[in-house]
Amino acid sequence: MNLFQFLAQNFRQVLQLTLEHLWLVGVSTVLAALIGIPLGILIAHRPVLNRPVLGGANIIQTIPSLALFGFLLPVPWLGDRAERLAILALTLYALLPVIRNTFTGIRGVDPAVVESARGMGMTGRQLLWQVELPLAMSVILSGVRVAVVISVGLATIAAAIGAGGLGELIFRGLAMVNNQLILAGAIPAAFLALFADFSLGWLERRLRPQ
Amino acid sequence: MAGAWKTSTWSRSDVAVNLICWADMNRDTRDEPAIEFRDVSYELPSGQRVLSNLNLQVQRGETLVVLGRSGSGKTTTLKLINRLLRPTGGEVRVNGAGTGQRDVIRLRRGIGYVIQEIGLLPHFTVERNIGIVPSIDGWPLDKIRARTQELMQMVGLESQLAPRYPHQLSGGQRQRVGVARALAADPAILLMDEPFGALDPLTRDDLQREFLSLQQRLHKTVVFVTHDLNEALRLASRVALMEAGELITVLSPQEFLRSTDPLAAAYVRAFRAGTGLDTNRGSS
Repeated sequence: MNLFQFLAQNFRQVLQLTLEHLWLVGVSTVLAALIGIPLGILIAHRPVLNRPVLGGANIIQTIPSLALFGFLLPVPWLGDRAERLAILALTLYALLPVIRNTFTGIRGVDPAVVESARGMGMTGRQLLWQVELPLAMSVILSGVRVAVVISVGLATIAAAIGAGGLGELIFRGLAMVNNQLILAGAIPAAFLALFADFSLGWLERRLRPQ
Repeated sequence: MAGAWKTSTWSRSDVAVNLICWADMNRDTRDEPAIEFRDVSYELPSGQRVLSNLNLQVQRGETLVVLGRSGSGKTTTLKLINRLLRPTGGEVRVNGAGTGQRDVIRLRRGIGYVIQEIGLLPHFTVERNIGIVPSIDGWPLDKIRARTQELMQMVGLESQLAPRYPHQLSGGQRQRVGVARALAADPAILLMDEPFGALDPLTRDDLQREFLSLQQRLHKTVVFVTHDLNEALRLASRVALMEAGELITVLSPQEFLRSTDPLAAAYVRAFRAGTGLDTNRGSS
């Protein structure tokens, strides 16, 4: 039985696991953006906070993923459902690229543009929404894109704590020494990553200021 | 009130004199300088002095050109007026009130600002760039549109440029957009920081000429920063010469050319040498 036959036979299961995978990545990316973008804006405007925040996000990044899943397991509400745990861990990992790119993007806006906008009497809020965010948007989005691609890969490990996703096929394949099973998980995951990378890259180019 | 101290036995000429006095008194409040520097100093956080004890008055409707080398403090002087920088000593007054005592957003919206690198928003069209101040000030859309069209005409921009982006324009066109934008909310004061510095000589000449004719119509109070004596002499009502953070002298263009001040004379010499009008060179 080759891979295609296997995929055809188990289509429903592979599809379900793919959707689970997407759910984990999607929710964690949205959370990481909701936390990371405001944090990035904050540290771009308050340079004092820049080191501690980026340092903290960096440290999280150095924790091995399997260990992080393990650490979080005994936490009361989170430990109840493996899915919650996985989303939290993925969110934490996605923070660094989002924060760092938001910071870089906003700091990278031409100082002459910012100064003339302030000189014309824009309030801080107007400056942020009308000048800084639009001009930094493509850089911020490329941070989100990196975060998504990392998350698609990392989310396969979430299966180790029973959070589902394509990792389940991979782990099962490893246990059963069945290459087809491993590939049935790995190939859709790779395609997901490529697809996310491509579509976000397209969006990023669309939003890049001329 | 003005004539309360006068006796009631006025002759006709008394009344006339009194009316002139009254008119003068009315002008008096208007004669107060538009911009005034009182003992203003500015130091960088590192303690380096950029500006020391500047005392300067800019009268309503005049074009004061601040002339000096780079690093002489001229741009700093300009940014102190719209409070992009805060003085570390002394006080800057605009229309009779200290800039520190009022809402900085309102202050800036009442002052047009044109800078060296133009500072047009690259993601806004020409039309939106010109309409920024009215738009952040909450004007209705149709009024903004009408004003934008009027301004484009005023500074010599064709109306089909309205939907273009700044990177699609020539240097001269961008600079016109910058000027139009500064004029948008009809501010009484314009600050211009080497606005024509990066242009080729012919375009610069055009824009200087148009600046003069605009200024004849609009009578704005203009503070114009440049390092180019030719530009200074051409545009200025008065030239303020700065060097190493200090105001050396303030002279009219005619006085400047005859000035015995060593620095002013050095500028004039360099200027003459540059144009080949120096008599020594002509005779050799």
